[in-house]
Amino acid sequence: MFETLSDRLNDTFGKLGRKGRLTEADVDAAMRDVRRALLEADVNFKVVKLFVAAVKERALGQDVLGSLTPAQTAIAIVNEELIRILGEEQVPLNTPSRPPQIIMMVGLQGSGKTTHTGKLALHLRKQGRNPLMVAADVYRPAAVNQLQALGRQIDMPVYQEGTDQSPVKIAENAIRFAQERGHNPIIIDTAGRLQIDERLMQELVDIRNAVSPSEILLVADAMTGQEAVGVAEAFNDTLDVTGLILTKMDGDARGGAALSIRTVTGVPIKFIGTGEKLDAMEPFYPDRLSGRILGMGDVLSLVERAQEQTTEEDAERLQDRMMKGQFDLEDFLDQLQKIKQMGPLSQLMDMIPGVGKQLRDAKAEVSDDDYKRVEAIIHSMTPWERRHPERINNPRRRRIARGAGRERQEVNQMLSQFKEMQKMMGQFGQMAKKGKMPKNLPFDLG
Amino acid sequence: MILRRMFKRQSEPDAQMEQGLAKTRRGVFREITRLFDRSELDDELFEDLEMLLIQADVGWDVSQQLVAELQERIRQDSITNPSDAREVLRLEMIKLLELATRNRTVKILQRGVPFVILVAGVNGTGKTTSIAKLAHYHQNFGRTVLLAAGDTFRAAAIDQLKIWGERTNVPVIAHEQGADPGAVVFDAVTAARQRSVDVLIIDTAGRLQTKHNLMSELQKLRRIIEKQIPNAPQEVVLVIDATTGQNGLVQANEFTKVIDVTDIMISKLDGTAKGGIAFSVAKEIGTPIAYIGTGERATDMAEFNPETYVDSLFFGEGEGF
Repeated sequence: MFETLSDRLNDTFGKLGRKGRLTEADVDAAMRDVRRALLEADVNFKVVKLFVAAVKERALGQDVLGSLTPAQTAIAIVNEELIRILGEEQVPLNTPSRPPQIIMMVGLQGSGKTTHTGKLALHLRKQGRNPLMVAADVYRPAAVNQLQALGRQIDMPVYQEGTDQSPVKIAENAIRFAQERGHNPIIIDTAGRLQIDERLMQELVDIRNAVSPSEILLVADAMTGQEAVGVAEAFNDTLDVTGLILTKMDGDARGGAALSIRTVTGVPIKFIGTGEKLDAMEPFYPDRLSGRILGMGDVLSLVERAQEQTTEEDAERLQDRMMKGQFDLEDFLDQLQKIKQMGPLSQLMDMIPGVGKQLRDAKAEVSDDDYKRVEAIIHSMTPWERRHPERINNPRRRRIARGAGRERQEVNQMLSQFKEMQKMMGQFGQMAKKGKMPKNLPFDLG
Repeated sequence: MILRRMFKRQSEPDAQMEQGLAKTRRGVFREITRLFDRSELDDELFEDLEMLLIQADVGWDVSQQLVAELQERIRQDSITNPSDAREVLRLEMIKLLELATRNRTVKILQRGVPFVILVAGVNGTGKTTSIAKLAHYHQNFGRTVLLAAGDTFRAAAIDQLKIWGERTNVPVIAHEQGADPGAVVFDAVTAARQRSVDVLIIDTAGRLQTKHNLMSELQKLRRIIEKQIPNAPQEVVLVIDATTGQNGLVQANEFTKVIDVTDIMISKLDGTAKGGIAFSVAKEIGTPIAYIGTGERATDMAEFNPETYVDSLFFGEGEGF
C-alpha cells in the first residue's frame, strides 16, 4: 500500500543521475523521501524533524562507497542512524537490589497487557524462575477471568481477589502471598486506561508507591499513530516507565511508534510481541525494526513463515531432488501448496527486499489465481504423469486441459515452463557439486 | 411484508457525538483554528497546517492534498482573509469525509428475518465493547437482540461478552473456549431464527489482516451465515481503533476485500487520538464509516457525522463557526 523508501530513493537518485559524492541537492532530495517514509511509518512528526536533521548532517559530503548507488548510501546512513536511536544493544529486565522482582504492566486499552503478562511469565519461567501473575484489572469485564484462563493454559499461578477489591490492595496482598509461597518475580496486570484519565493514572501511582516495582513496562501497540508520543510521555512522566513492550509486531504495521517513544522518552524497548500464542514474545532487535520502519522488506519474517510450513528434513530431501534433477510435478505441487499457506503472493513479495517497483506493480499479473490455474492443471494429471512430465503426449495434454477446464495451450505452456525450471535446477546442481555456488546469496538493499 | 427503515436518526446523535469527543477536542487541535487567527495567509501557515494534519494521523498523502487544494481554492477565489480560508478548509475536510458516508446503504429490517451484524477487526480495537454498544443502540429502537460469542480464541472473551449481555439484558449464544467459531455462528443464526430475534450481533476473535488463515476463517463465518439467511450478514462492521496510525488504511482495505465490510466503527475517540485515519479511509477505500465509539459504557456510541467529526476534532466548537 505504501511505496518503500528504497523505491523512492532510487527514483529520486535516478532523476539526479549517478555521482561519486552526495551533494547538498542530493541529500535534500533524499531527505524529503526519508521524511515521507518515516511519516508513513507513523513516526511522530517532531521526531521526524529531529531525525532528518541529524541524518542530513551525517550524509552531507559523504562518499558514495564502492559499488553502492547513492540511494543505497543514503539508506545505509538512515539505517545506521535509526539503529543508533533505537538502542544498539538489547536491554534486559532490571534486577532489583533485593528480591522479589516486581513488574508492573501498564498501557492503553487493547494494547495487549494481559496477553503479555502471560507471555512474560512464561518467558521468565523458562529461565528457571517461579513467577506469579496478579490480576489487578478490576474494571474491564472478565479481565480477571482472562488472566486466570491464561494461567491455566500455561499452568501458572494467578493471584486474584475478584473485582470488588481496590487494585492497590490486590497488589499489596499479592506481594505478601508471593513471599509466603516463594513466588518471584511478581507480574502485575493493570487495567487499560487513557493517559488523560487523572483518577486512573493516580491509581497506578498508588500501586507503584505501595509495592515499589523494579520494572514498569509500558505495553504499546505497534500500530499506534502519532499519539504514541503523547501516551508514552504521559505514562513516563507519571510513573517513570523502565521499558517498553511493542506488541502486534506480527502484523504489517511499520512500527514507527517505537522510534517516537524511544526518542522522546529514552525508555528502552525490551520486548516485542509477535503473535497470539504465549511463546510469541522476543527480545528486541533494533536492526530488524529499522528495516521495517523504512519499508525495506522483512526477510526474517518471510523466513519465519517459510519455516512454519516446512521441516528441515523436508527441505533437505527437496534440495537433494532438485540437485539431482529429479524434481517432478508432485514436488512442484507440494511447493505451491506450501507457498499458498504462507499467505497471498502480493504480501509475500512485499516482504522481499529488493523486489523492485516494477515487479510489485506487475503483481496484478502474478495473482493468486495463477496458483489456482497451475494447480488445476496438475490436479488433472494422473500420479504417473506428475512423476513423468516429459512423457505427457498430445492426447494426454488434451485430456488434462479438459479436466482442468483450461485451454490446451495453457497446459503446453505450463509444461514447457516446468521443463525450463527443471533444467535450471539441474544446472544449479552441477554448479553446487563443483562448489561454485555461494552458500548465502546476499540480499540487495536497493 | 412490513419494511421498517432501520437507520432513522436517533434523537440527538450530534449532541452525543459532541459530548464524547469533548476530551479529544481539548488537545492540540484547537491549533488549527488558532492557525488562522493570524493576519495573512503565508507559507508558514500552510506548512504548519500540513504538520497539524499529519499529527492527527491524517497521513502524508491526504494532508498534502488537503493543503494543495486549499491553496488552489485560495488562488482561484482570491481569498485573502484567513478566516475565509479556514472555512474553505473546513468544508474540504467535511467533503472528504462525506466520501465515506455517501456509499452507506440504507438497510432494511425485515420482519421475521434476523438482521445479522458480523463484527470484526484486529486485536484490541474494542470489538466486544462495541458490540455492547450496538446492542444498546438497537434496543433503543425497541428491537430484540441476540449476541453470539464467536471469539472462542482469546482467553475469557466469552465471559466478557456474557457480562455485557447481562448488563444490557441480552441473551448470548456461546460455546466453550477453543470451540469452532463456525459452530457458534451456525447455532446463533439458528437460534435467532427460531426465537424470531430482530438483530443478531456476532463477535469474532481479533485478527491481524496479515494472518491469511484467520482471514479465510472470517470468510467462512460469512458463508455460514449466508447459507442460513440469504443476504445476511446485512451489516459487516469493522472496528478500527482511533489511535491507529497509517496501518488503519491497510486494515480497512484488507478486511473490506475479504469480508465485504459495510460499515466502519472508529473506536476509542474519547482519548487524545484525532482519528485522522478516517480521512485516508474515506479517500482511498471509500468503505462507509458509520459509527464512533467514545467511551467504555454501552451508551458511548454515536452515528458518524462528517460535519460534527471535523468540527469537534479539528476546529473546536463555538470558535468562529
